[in-house]
Amino acid sequence: MERKKRFANVNQKYCVACGSCIKVCPKGAIQVPEGVFATVDQTLCIGCGLCAKACPASVITIKWEEE
Amino acid sequence: MKKKKHWYDYLWIVSAIYLILGFFNILFAWLGLICFFVPLCISVIKGNKGYCNKYCGRGQLFELLGKKLSRKKEIPHFLKTNWFRYGFLTFFMIMFLNMLFTTYLVFADIKSLNEAVTLLWSFRLPWHFANKAEFVNPWIVQFAFGFYSVMLTSTVLGLITMILFKPRSWCVYCPMGTMTQGICKLKHKK
Repeated sequence: MERKKRFANVNQKYCVACGSCIKVCPKGAIQVPEGVFATVDQTLCIGCGLCAKACPASVITIKWEEE
Repeated sequence: MKKKKHWYDYLWIVSAIYLILGFFNILFAWLGLICFFVPLCISVIKGNKGYCNKYCGRGQLFELLGKKLSRKKEIPHFLKTNWFRYGFLTFFMIMFLNMLFTTYLVFADIKSLNEAVTLLWSFRLPWHFANKAEFVNPWIVQFAFGFYSVMLTSTVLGLITMILFKPRSWCVYCPMGTMTQGICKLKHKK
């Protein structure tokens, strides 16, 4: 049986790098390292969706990927 | 799991105090220049949007107020396009330069001090009650009125989009955010 993992995915084209997602992430999995767009550390991300909910530009989606 | 709070998580108090102080003495408006120069310095020196991400009191204020007041709906797509963001930045800068020109006219004694705050670049609100500066050069007071107008206008715009869409919707088209992100893009261009 395939195990699937959920994680946050950022649409880098429209991300405004405001950092709203950073504050809400319980695992510290999302950062804005260079002030251009947010990046997700998939090893830390648990796919909870809090970042997607907080994102004012709605550029974060939660995707399923196979492990 | 609650995140540990840092000192900069309380900077929304400073933002709120700034807006209130403008009702009592307009010269406090000059302090708003911090919100203009610090984000730019951080983006130029450190190459990131540290101000937006951590220190912006206005963003924190919208987040706080938005918990109860925001409809939490998606913003219209056009607001997050580069067209709109850079276009709004350009418009903002033109109006800011216009404000500086008005300050110059008062400095050069061509125009007299206008004791009013202009909201949304259109509505002139009498604000003489906040002019307590008897022995200050009129151009200093004029700049204060102009800068406070800019800060109040952006706050009102932010409040409107906070209510209509998501709490920090202002961050999407904030001119400072657009500028600092633009600087970071140039700095990290490969």
